[in-house]
Amino acid sequence: MTEVTVIDVIGYIVIFVGVVFDLLGAIGLVRFPDVYNRLQSATKSVTLGTFGIMIGILIVTGFTPLGIKALICGVFLLLTAPVSAHALSRGSLRFGAKMWKGTVIDAYGKDKLGGPQIESEEGEAKESKEKEDEVA
Amino acid sequence: MSVLWISILIILGVAAFLCLFRIFRGPTIADRMVGVDIMGILFVGITAITGILYNLSFLVDIAIALVLISFVGTLALAKYLERRTLDD
Repeated sequence: MTEVTVIDVIGYIVIFVGVVFDLLGAIGLVRFPDVYNRLQSATKSVTLGTFGIMIGILIVTGFTPLGIKALICGVFLLLTAPVSAHALSRGSLRFGAKMWKGTVIDAYGKDKLGGPQIESEEGEAKESKEKEDEVA
Repeated sequence: MSVLWISILIILGVAAFLCLFRIFRGPTIADRMVGVDIMGILFVGITAITGILYNLSFLVDIAIALVLISFVGTLALAKYLERRTLDD
């Protein structure tokens, strides 16, 4: 039985926080109502959680080859995951995935697609009300 | 200390199972693509934890390759979703 140092305990805490972020992101992926909310929940928290796992592995193993590789993997993850999530959300908007009926604003649809893609009347009513407020 | 790593692997497996639920259940094809993307990132974490559990450093190399392949695959799926070809 090897002895556990303070640095090991810090690394375990960082890994545990990352795993909790992963689990909460996956729960949000199941529970949220439409595609954009699911992307919003899952991508950010899962990226940060997996980056936390990699940093925790670096802290636990020190600057060994395994730790350096884990750091490189985390940096690649931070570079690539937001880009792929942005491409996915843009593709699903142009594909025509419907927004949740409580959505308030759709700036990309108003600029590029000639009108908001929101389905319900509630959101449009709120937006027109804002417009009237601006005019007044 | 291996009990800690195995419990972490079980929690990550539960998260991957939730992504699998979304892939099966998703109403549109965009939901399924989001599930595939998130499950790829979760598998990166699972591979790295397995590498430190058995002290095999080449599994972290596999994790790096998995990150990059998941990125390219998700970009290709997003292009397909946008109904454009790959060369414009």
